[in-house]
Amino acid sequence: MLDYDFMRHAFAAAGIVAVVGGLVGYFLVLRAQTFAGHALAHVGFTGATGAVLVGISPLAGLVLLTVAAGIGMGFLGERLAERDVAIGIVLAFSLGLGLLFLHFFTAYAAQATALLFGNVLAVSGWTVWTLLGLGIVTIAGLAVISRPLLFASLQPELAEAKGVSLRLYGVLFLALVALATAECAEIVGVLLVFALMVGPPATAQGLTSKLGSGLLLSVLIALAEAWLGITLAYYTDWPSSFWITTLSAAAYLATRPKISFARA
Amino acid sequence: MSEAADAIAFENVTLALGGRAVLAGVSFAIRAREFVGMLGPNGAGKTTLMRAVLGLLRPQNGVIRVLGRPSTHGNPAIGYMPQIRSRVAGLRLSGWDFVAATWRGHRLGLPHLGRDGRREVAWALEMVGAQDLAHRPLAETSGGEQQRLLLAQALIGRPRLLLLDEPLISLDPHRQREVVALARSLQTELGIAVLFSAHEINPLLGAIDRVLYLGQGQAALGTVDEVITGPVLSRLYGAPIEVVRLGGRIFVMSDGHDMERDMHRHDTAHAGCHDPSHEIHHA
Ligand SMILES: Nc1ncnc2c1ncn2[C@@H]1O[C@H](COP(=O)(O)OP(=O)(O)OP(=O)(O)O)[C@@H](O)[C@H]1O
Ligand SMILES: [Mg+2]
Repeated sequence: MLDYDFMRHAFAAAGIVAVVGGLVGYFLVLRAQTFAGHALAHVGFTGATGAVLVGISPLAGLVLLTVAAGIGMGFLGERLAERDVAIGIVLAFSLGLGLLFLHFFTAYAAQATALLFGNVLAVSGWTVWTLLGLGIVTIAGLAVISRPLLFASLQPELAEAKGVSLRLYGVLFLALVALATAECAEIVGVLLVFALMVGPPATAQGLTSKLGSGLLLSVLIALAEAWLGITLAYYTDWPSSFWITTLSAAAYLATRPKISFARA
Repeated sequence: MSEAADAIAFENVTLALGGRAVLAGVSFAIRAREFVGMLGPNGAGKTTLMRAVLGLLRPQNGVIRVLGRPSTHGNPAIGYMPQIRSRVAGLRLSGWDFVAATWRGHRLGLPHLGRDGRREVAWALEMVGAQDLAHRPLAETSGGEQQRLLLAQALIGRPRLLLLDEPLISLDPHRQREVVALARSLQTELGIAVLFSAHEINPLLGAIDRVLYLGQGQAALGTVDEVITGPVLSRLYGAPIEVVRLGGRIFVMSDGHDMERDMHRHDTAHAGCHDPSHEIHHA
């Protein structure tokens, strides 16, 4: 199946995005900010449809608007309860706005589906290079701030007392989440970003309590799910996003039988 | 820096939050190597006082000196165990990684420990007797075990002043005495000053050198016998208080109610919550 260009592109794109999603997602789960990641993806939908409307590439619109929204969300405030309400409102509004943009382009129903649910088999060679560039920027940024970010995530009050700015790292991190979200959306679509950014790290955190192994495992699980999903899509002709999300959910549930039964 | 410098010195300090004075013109000095218990009703300003010592809150008036120098933000000589620990209970991370995150945690780069860092984390875990907790996820440890890990975290960087905000919250009396004894032994062994806030004087009796009692924007520092008295506490509570000693325990009574107990019953559920409705209004 790797004889085809589109399959090679799909594997490369999914591989890059899985590594980014697995790493950034690990911190997202650790910080209990998965809802923010979800909302950023929806904002990305507005960005992408808006970009089509003004005639620039959807990926550019996706990246620009999610990063702007991530930074804005970071500044919004620290109080969790308030943050969730604010995020929820931004989320609904941006989806509505995206729908309006789409309304002007009724001919592009296929494009909308691709944005919402992803279509990794349609990724071009140029997109792969763009994803690689974005991925390197995201991972480099995460590497630079990972130490104070970890401290601020685990023990905010102590970190603040030791001179770590919670606001600064909160904003920087959400900007990185926004970048990662935009990349994931390219593979699984804005609605299913959770499958790559939350599923693998959550599964990894259930399997190991060590930080280093957790990060590594999170990346490996994301890679396995993405590549296996594409392979299954190739042979079954079902959507790759369906397979990736299914694998993501299955891995999560399979690794924590106690929780899935006790709380179901 | 002279060894004899006071650990914490407040000179006519006023601390205000949201336009309201929490402490008004307070002066006291905690000596180096002193173990001081800090008491006071909810909202008396215990946490606020610690945040001011850490340089997170500037006094509106007066001067705070820490270990002989004006207080600054990010002072590495201070170890701190915050009152709010909501993040801890659900973490799937190991105790080791949790404590290790504190090691030079303010620096940029990857969270790599190095040999010095590993030695420091191992030392801190050993000091609090938490070596066997190092490899278990935090979510699977008990409240008392988490308390030990938090204490280990506060020791990272070898502080000369330890601020412990309500380490006894949600512990049973037996575990409470263990934590007090542990804090006391750390204080003696390391020769550091400890400020230990609590809701009740009884678990601290016999362990503390002096007590700092806050209330009504004021503070009183002295031995238990000097401070836990009817006249001093009546001033700090703004209501007539009677102190009853019974079988080695002390009861702070107002109108026949045990104030320290009544006042903090809700506190396990709302640790660190600043809802004004939690304040006690005296008739
Ligand atoms: N961010 C804030 N803005 C305004 N007021 C605040 C803020 N934080 C705390 N306060 C008020 O400052 C006062 C002192 O609060 P502080 O947390 O220092 O009390 P405490 O003695 O630690 O209480 P507790 O025993 O409940 O921990 C309280 O009246 C509280 O309502
Ligand atoms: Mg407090």
